[in-house]
Amino acid sequence: MKKEIIPSLILTIVCILFFSGVYPAVIWAIAQIGPNKGEGITIKDNKGKYYYENIGQKFSDDKYFWSRPSAVAYNAAGSGGSNKGPDNPDYLLQVQATIDTFTVHNPGINKADIPSDMVTASGSGLDPHISVEGAEVQATRIARVRGLDKSKVEALVKAHIDGPMLGMGPERVNVLKLNIDLDNLK
Amino acid sequence: MNPQILGVVVMFVATLLLAVPLGRYIAKVYGGQKVWTDFIFNPIERLFFKASRIDPGKEMSWKQSLVALLTINAIWFLWAMFCLLNQSWLPMNPDHNPNMTPDLALNTAISFITNCNLQDYSGETGVSYFSQVFGLMFLQFASAGTGMAAAAIVFNALKDRTTDKLGNFYNYFLKSCTRILLPLCILVATIHLFEGTPMTFKGIDNVMSVQGDTMHVSRGPVAAFVAIKHIGTNGGGFYGANSAHPLENPNYISNIVQMVAQILIPFAMVFAFGFYCNKRRLAWVFWSVMTVGFLILVIPAIQAEIHGNPYIAKMGISQPGGNMEGKEVRFGATASAFWCIATTVISTGSVNGMHDSFMPVSGMNMLLGMMINSFYGGVGVGFLNFFIYVILAVFIGGLMVGRTPEFLGKKIEAKEMKIAMIIALFHPFLILSFTAIASYFTAHDTNMGWWFTDAAGKHNASGWLNNPSYHGFSEMLYQYTSCSANNGSGFEGLADNTPFWNISAGIVLLFSRYLPIIGPVAIAGLMANKKFIPASSGTLKTDTGTFGLLVFAVKVIIAALAFFPALALGPIAEWMKMH
Repeated sequence: MKKEIIPSLILTIVCILFFSGVYPAVIWAIAQIGPNKGEGITIKDNKGKYYYENIGQKFSDDKYFWSRPSAVAYNAAGSGGSNKGPDNPDYLLQVQATIDTFTVHNPGINKADIPSDMVTASGSGLDPHISVEGAEVQATRIARVRGLDKSKVEALVKAHIDGPMLGMGPERVNVLKLNIDLDNLK
Repeated sequence: MNPQILGVVVMFVATLLLAVPLGRYIAKVYGGQKVWTDFIFNPIERLFFKASRIDPGKEMSWKQSLVALLTINAIWFLWAMFCLLNQSWLPMNPDHNPNMTPDLALNTAISFITNCNLQDYSGETGVSYFSQVFGLMFLQFASAGTGMAAAAIVFNALKDRTTDKLGNFYNYFLKSCTRILLPLCILVATIHLFEGTPMTFKGIDNVMSVQGDTMHVSRGPVAAFVAIKHIGTNGGGFYGANSAHPLENPNYISNIVQMVAQILIPFAMVFAFGFYCNKRRLAWVFWSVMTVGFLILVIPAIQAEIHGNPYIAKMGISQPGGNMEGKEVRFGATASAFWCIATTVISTGSVNGMHDSFMPVSGMNMLLGMMINSFYGGVGVGFLNFFIYVILAVFIGGLMVGRTPEFLGKKIEAKEMKIAMIIALFHPFLILSFTAIASYFTAHDTNMGWWFTDAAGKHNASGWLNNPSYHGFSEMLYQYTSCSANNGSGFEGLADNTPFWNISAGIVLLFSRYLPIIGPVAIAGLMANKKFIPASSGTLKTDTGTFGLLVFAVKVIIAALAFFPALALGPIAEWMKMH
């Protein structure tokens, strides 16, 4: 054991320099030609404010499409889910309450049209997307609150549906992009 | 085909197509043959060995190899403890994160040297960039390299010859890191950069949301980290939410890349064994056994998640995306269900959805994946775990047909069998005894004193559960199963950043990492020393479907007998309550 200590120690030091020094430096250098120099992809609205495209935001105002419920209130200094089990009675009461709130704010919708992603918390608490059904079910409210034609709002939702990537994965709507364009809608 | 199902089929097939050539490459690296990466890494490795006064050509016995392995692991542990306990004043801490408490540092250091990456902290607030990069990310390379080196020693021992010289541990270790892990990491990290994963040393950005709320967005050198996290089957995320976080795993393409990255080497190691020992047919038998096990676990999980939560269905809303609690819309229930099983059959333990909120069938299959722990398994160690079951199957098979148990021309005798049995039974012993202790405290709502304090400042043991009843029991069972399998995922509702859980999990981790390395290396070392008996008509053939079935049966019997009662109290009871 003793005679292995010095070689192990030196090998550890050179490996730390290489795998924790050189390797990240190479990736950082490649990042400089990547999107936004590796600082996270941002988008701007027409007032010049910038947002992180992939970080979901809290939308609780009736004039915006809502995001999903979040266990961390969309504070991206942290992240995480509710970690509630599927048969937890407190959790089920909470989901019921979220459904009730959703129905109150969206009068006239059919309960069966509410998709479960709108009433369940995401894994990260920062999910930037909602399902297509989740956007469609809110169109009536948005049209009413903003005094827009419902068909116009529905067309906007349709234009914001991201299809499967390379033919794979689910369809979804980026809530942030949808709401930025909603603000631009006349 | 449904685009979500197509996604998971592509992940699996792409991994297999890449794993066969990678296996051939790995076999060449361990065999010391020429490979295309020689021109870069020959000079670098020579320099490293010269600096550390190691002669990579000097062969070691299995005992010497293990001594070297344990020594260097002990040094890494001290280094990790130093980083985590001093990160507040060390450089690269733009968000001013504090030092870890000693019990959390102990748990974290152990869980990263053991390739587990349990993470009782949250990446955004618990560690500095220095600890992430120089402490944890280094260990993600080093712990993966250790497992692969141990597997390389076993490959070497299983060749058709008699010897006690089994290569040089340091040589296997360094080559695993430089020639196998690093090039793949650079590739995976680069893809992530262009999909939107950050790679910056800048701290939290404060932005105003559209609605006018102030938001803090945590960034960091994520792309480099997320690559080795998967390539090395470590699983420790940069962020608290791991691969569910939209910066760590921005879209479906990055999700596919991460999935392929984590199963790739576990697949390839099986094929590497085939190429290295010239037993390709046997390697395919092993791979098929693993794949059958994987499919049996993954298909019901996908079904359960797509089907959704029956209680939520009763509330009258629709579940077009399936069970979405704890899941991300961009991955969907199918890819998340595939991930939850893949990450538990191999020892990654990264998550792209919160396992605590999955349906009971998925929860049970995740547990089974970790309980069996060798349907693929982690880089290197997965093969070692599988090897234990092979030894058991050879012995049982030999007894059944009345032949001397032999594997690859070497007799399996009492000593090897004793080691194999101890290793095979130690895993259930650790899981079940620790779960029993924690359950006892919970059931009696024991006042834990210093050992446990919940958010409200109370010391009652039941406070560590985030869910009541059967699911609460599953949270505790999952925690120790994850530790003993060196997996690192969790039913994260459990209040595990407390001295009781940090320390007890640390103990389980240490035992469950090093004994399953020492055991198989010792068996292989003992076998290598024995006389080589060429195959005859009296030899039990191992490269056949029948033998594959036997290995599978041995696994199922051991796992079923050991774990069924615990599973019945947890996920099975939960399932019955729900239906």
